[in-house]
Order: sequence, then structure tokens, then C-alpha cells
Amino acid sequence: MYRYSEFDESFVRSRVAQFRAQVARRIDGSLTEDEFKPFRLMNGLYLQLHAYMLRVAIPYGTLNSAQMRQLAMIADAFDKGYGHFTTRQNIQFNWPKLADVPDMLDALADVGMHAIQTSGNTIRNVTADHFAGAVEGEVIDPRPVAELIRQWSTDHPEFQFLPRKFKVAVTGHKDDRAVTAAHDIGLRLVERDGKIGATVLVGGGLGRTPMIGKVLAEFVPLADLLPYLEAVVAVYNLLGRRDNKYKARIKITVHETGIEEIRAQVEAEFAARKPLFSGIDQQMLAAITAQFAPPRFEAGAVGSYETWRAADPVFRAFTDTNVTPHRHPGYAILTVSLKAHGETPGDATSAQMRVLADLAERYAHDELRISHEQNVILPHLPKRHLKAVQEALLAAGLATANVGLVSDIIACPGMDYCALATARSIPVAQGIALRFEALKLEHEIGPLKIKISGCINACGHHHVGHIGILGLDRAGVESYQITLGGDGGPDAVIGERTGPGFAYDRIIPAIERILRAYLTLREGPGETFLDTYRRLGMAPFKAALYDDPEVRADAAA
Amino acid sequence: MSRPYTPKVLTANALLEGDVVWLDAQGQWTRRMEQAALIEDEATADLHLLDAHARGHEVVGAYLADARPGPKGPEPTHFREDFRTRGPSNYAHGKQEAQ
Repeated sequence: MYRYSEFDESFVRSRVAQFRAQVARRIDGSLTEDEFKPFRLMNGLYLQLHAYMLRVAIPYGTLNSAQMRQLAMIADAFDKGYGHFTTRQNIQFNWPKLADVPDMLDALADVGMHAIQTSGNTIRNVTADHFAGAVEGEVIDPRPVAELIRQWSTDHPEFQFLPRKFKVAVTGHKDDRAVTAAHDIGLRLVERDGKIGATVLVGGGLGRTPMIGKVLAEFVPLADLLPYLEAVVAVYNLLGRRDNKYKARIKITVHETGIEEIRAQVEAEFAARKPLFSGIDQQMLAAITAQFAPPRFEAGAVGSYETWRAADPVFRAFTDTNVTPHRHPGYAILTVSLKAHGETPGDATSAQMRVLADLAERYAHDELRISHEQNVILPHLPKRHLKAVQEALLAAGLATANVGLVSDIIACPGMDYCALATARSIPVAQGIALRFEALKLEHEIGPLKIKISGCINACGHHHVGHIGILGLDRAGVESYQITLGGDGGPDAVIGERTGPGFAYDRIIPAIERILRAYLTLREGPGETFLDTYRRLGMAPFKAALYDDPEVRADAAA
Repeated sequence: MSRPYTPKVLTANALLEGDVVWLDAQGQWTRRMEQAALIEDEATADLHLLDAHARGHEVVGAYLADARPGPKGPEPTHFREDFRTRGPSNYAHGKQEAQ
């Protein structure tokens, strides 16, 4: 894992000191809110519906136990004893007091973390495949590239006032767990003729105008990647619209300018910038890569794993659902669900964070990941420890065997917290999870991604949910639109709207009708919801949703 | 044609704590909506809003929100403002902690 250099340490500390002075000047009245707001946003501090919110970056979703423990400490000392992990591999604290925030940032700096550029019109936290460095079939661990981009983009003087926020995701695997096609820039690391490079996607994004990213370059060699990225962002910085916030993202720039013209301008810009890169970036990448060397995997790590699986059905169900094959024999990638039925998706209490930190330190090479799906991962776990880990998780309320199923729902904070939200997300997610748990249908239904956003900005990625739910304010009433058939994988697809929305008390029955229809329509348990939808299209699901006259009247209301 | 005026409360978030406050009849900030002043005419509402913007050392993001009279005092007419009187629905945090 990457450790802060002296430069990182001193930069982050100096930013905390600056922000401490800015907070003091805001409190003593020397700064107005208009003057202060850009400063607080640069440091990840929002003012939400009920309180301030501090958004802390977890670069490419990677944490060690000391960092996780520090997040728990911050949750206890400055918040209400929990944190919310987000779809951008950040953690949000929902209840900080303004005067405490500099101390929170100092506490983060103590463990090599910060909240810089988690807000504002800058390059945001770089996200990556949460199984990076552990999963079978990976071309290369994407995190050294992600860390290089973090260092390059942090406080980059040219890119502090972009037309709009800018999100980069990196994957090194064909399965694309980083949703690269829904980012301003998506990087897919690939091998060509024995050399590593990136397929560069540009102009993806969800939100008001959802778009799938387009391939800007099929292959940019690793040595050219940073100047190439700089060229892309520089072209956007000049072309991107500043007259209309809703047309300011690069997806609109690409759409209005055309991908060929963007490509031509990027290539011209790249040619001009490339000579300015003296090779320092490649030296830095090499040094960073060395820090991401895989842990020393142990031999004979499998232990009694198969015996336990044979003997204990609960353990077997847990590992069936939550374990992904690791690239090293005898190891597992364990996804710890933060989606216990009825709980808030992505929330972990400080006690749970400490349990996860302890397990990572004791059993799993001291490494943790946060996924954009709002779960926590032990990426390098010898199978011989899985029983002990499962028992510890069970005691902490963290052993829910639902990864990839109905109740493993992505939900943004919605109107329970967010000032931008138009409806609630969390209670809808809780209600769906509890309903399908009561019906005992979750495992029968099988792989399914439900994603819920509480407004059009789509932090809950609803457009790429197999079932997407978008909460809106329709004439002063919460109303939920459904989309079907979305997919955030390598061949990403934006879901299609079913029709009129459903009121808050009608949305869960509506989801149930869709899934009951699926169980009737599928060719067998091997055909997933998404496959059935692709085979049959919208019509039978629409019929299940709207054909009942009473339901139609409700939906239209 | 402009929309006819409907009664309002003046609301904001407190600078230090970030929690929701309303302006009461004495010109003080209260943490409870039922203690807020229900502003019945537009000119007074606009004046209060101007005044609140000048009190940026106390509150952030002041705005006028629709409200109606209730048995204990002003009540919200929109679900967003209703949530602001309580806190989130997933935990008993925020104002509902004290209720």
C-alpha cells in the first residue's frame, strides 16, 4: 500500500493549517459564507439538510487497519458513532460541528488521509476496482496508476476551477467493477504486444443526462498516460461550458463537439505537452508500483475450509455468496456486506469499523477495500481464517450473506441527509431488503443489482442498476421512477424507464411485482433477471407493473 | 403574473452546529419550528430575508419556506421542510433525539 511521502505529509498538514485559519476567520466574522464556501468545499465540507457533512476520500478504495481505526475514532469523537461509505469510495460523516472539522482533518492526516478535492469543480477522488491486486484474470493492478493520478491531480494548478466536477475511474480487469463507462474519464488497463497501456473512455456520466463513455483512444502506453490525461482535461477546461451548470460536464462537451474533434484537439494538446514531461512521472509510477507489491502470500492457506463448508450450511451459504476467487491458491476475497436487512446501505458503526480493522490486521495482510457498491472487502484472506472471520463478523452484525442479491442495494443518502435530494432513498432500500427477506425469495431470485438515487444527480447510479429507482418530488409528493435493464459492467447500458412513477408507499410492491414476474418468465434458475429482461424486453415487466387498473390509477396519481 | 403570496417561515442552518433554525417573532433563532414566526405578508418576509442575509455570522443559507398555522405553531406544507423539523428517517438523530 502507498505510504505518504514527506511531501504528501507536509502538503496535507499545511492544507489543514490553512483550513483551520479559514474556519477561525469564518467563525469570528472575518469571512462571509460566500467567501468561505469555496474553501470549505475544497476541503470536503458540505452543509446538508440537518448538519454539516465531511466527505473523506479513500483513494481507489484502499485502507489499512490503522486508517479504518482512525475513521472509527473520528466517528466517535466528532460524529454520532458511525460513517457512511459512498458510491465513490469515500466515507461521509453526517454530523460534524464546524469548529471540529480542522481537528478531524488533522486526525485524518495522522493516518495519511484527507478530504481534499472531494467536492468542488476539480478532479475528484480516483476510484478503482475494489478487487484490484487480488482477483483472478487481472491484467495489472490499477491502483499504482490511480495513485499517480491522485498525486498529479491534487492541487494541480491548472485544474482547480474546471467547468464542473471531474471523476476518473480505473480498472485493470475485463469485468470492469469500477463502472469506468460512467465516468468523465474511464481507464481500462490492457496489454497489447506485451506492453501495458490504457483504453481511454471519455464523456461517460449519469446524472441529468446519462451517457455511456466513448472510446477516445484504444491504447495509450503507460508512459504517455499522464500527459494524455492532462491533454484531455486541458481541452475540456477550455471547451467545457461555464454558462450552464447542467451542460458543463465533459459528457456534454463531447456530445456537442463530437468525439473526432475532441480527439484531434487532445492529440494536438498531447503533442505539445508530452515534451514537458521529463520522465519524472514514470520514475514516480515505478516507486509507487513498488509500494503496491502484493503481500507475501502464505502456502497452505486453505486449511480446513472445505471441511467447514461441507459441515456447516450457514458457513457454506456465507462463502457461496460473499467470497470471490482469489488469484493465489488457498486465498479468498471476502466481501463484507454493509447491507444487513433493514439497515442503512453503506453505514458502519465505529464498533464495526474496529472489528473490520482487527480482522484485516490479524488475518488478512492488513488490507481493506471499500467498494462503490458500499461494501467492505478483505481482499487477501487465507481461507483457513474464514471461519474465525465469519464468526467475528456474525457477532458484529456483519455476516449478512447477500452480496450481489436483491438486498445488496446501492442507495445514496437521499433526502434523509442530502440538501440536493428530491426524495428519500434509504427507507426505500430498507423496505425492499426487509420485504424480500420476509418472503425468503432473495436466493431464489439470484444475482440482481438494485440502485436507488434520491435525485436526478444519480449518486446511487440508478441508471446502471438492473432495476433503477429514482426518487423525485412530484407536486410536493415523493414519487419513484423505475428503470430496467441498466448495467454498469464492461458493456454498460443505461436502463429504460418503465412508465409513470410510484408513490412512496407503492414503490416496494411495484418492485415485488417486477420480480415475481421475472420468476414466472425466466427459463430457469440459471437465467438472471438481466438476461430475462434482455431476452423479453420491457413489455412483460410493464404489464406486471401497470396492468392492474388500481395500480395504474396509483401510478398516474 | 406572479404567484399569490402564501404564509412563510424564515429558516436557515446555524453557522456553528449546522442544524436547522427558524426565525421567531422576537427576531431570535429557534431550533423548533412551532416557535417560528409565521410571516403573513410578502413585504415583511422580504425584509426578514434581507435581515437574515446580514446575519451571516449566525446562520447559513437563509430562505423562506411555505408553512401553515397549526395548533402549536407553524407547520410545514412540504415533506422536505417536514423532514427538517425532525431529522433523518433511518436513525433517531437530529431534532427528534430531543423530542
